[in-house]
Amino acid sequence: MTIDWNAFTPWSALGGGLLIGIGVAMLLLVDGRIAGISGVVGGLLRPRAGDVGWRIAFVAGLVVAPLVAALAGQSMVPNIDASFVIVALAGVAVGIGTRYGAGCTSGHGICGVARLSPRSLVATATFMAAGFATVFIVRHVLGA
Amino acid sequence: MATITPFLAGLVFGIGLIVSRMADPAKVQGFLDLAGAWDPSLAFVMAGALVVAAPAFAIARRRRVSIMRMPIALPASRDVDRRLVAGSTLFGIGWGLAGFCPAPALVVLGMGNPKAVAFVAAMLAGMAVFEWREQRRAIVGAVAD
Repeated sequence: MTIDWNAFTPWSALGGGLLIGIGVAMLLLVDGRIAGISGVVGGLLRPRAGDVGWRIAFVAGLVVAPLVAALAGQSMVPNIDASFVIVALAGVAVGIGTRYGAGCTSGHGICGVARLSPRSLVATATFMAAGFATVFIVRHVLGA
Repeated sequence: MATITPFLAGLVFGIGLIVSRMADPAKVQGFLDLAGAWDPSLAFVMAGALVVAAPAFAIARRRRVSIMRMPIALPASRDVDRRLVAGSTLFGIGWGLAGFCPAPALVVLGMGNPKAVAFVAAMLAGMAVFEWREQRRAIVGAVAD
């Protein structure tokens, strides 16, 4: 294993991580909700009275974040190597997988790990391992 | 219920993804590429988030209602079952293929990026498949009862 010291950004990673944690803490302690994004979005496809507004509001916050961040002088350009077809296939896999697995990087990886939920520890280890294996196969076996 | 506080929570969360550059799929894949030039940044993002989230959940565990007098509903399920592992595996494959998970995809959607639009549309379709199958399962289960 070689570390890419040029790409490694420990301080902005920690700082951004703290902000993510604050977002999680706000939604939890103020509104009593878990900031698991796949669950927040998935719940919109099974709408129940009184359970829709906060979901749309949270998602809206995520969507306008680039605009507000740019006003604060924080911007970044996303680099997406995968083709449209692969991106779409990945989207379907993430949609089905996160709902059957009951969570994603935020719900299991942050919220679940933060409260040491056994389910979330297993889920996080599983999707990390699958992610490592997928990138290994794509980059080093198929050589894409 | 008030929607301004969930909006602000989503906004802070999203800005965190931009500051940490986790809304960049190439950077996420740089973390997932252990055999290449490895970028450990994502682990630091998780560490930063956990430093705040862990005490927040410790407080939440001792409270029944939130500051806004909403019930605090922590997940009760504790079973590690096949659905959890199979679903998480499928999610990890999709995550590795595109470098997107749900929250960063929504943030990049807000940048007007066409591939993020495609990803989110496909993700919603995948989630709809789950809902459809779950409803069918419930109907079949009710008939069998």
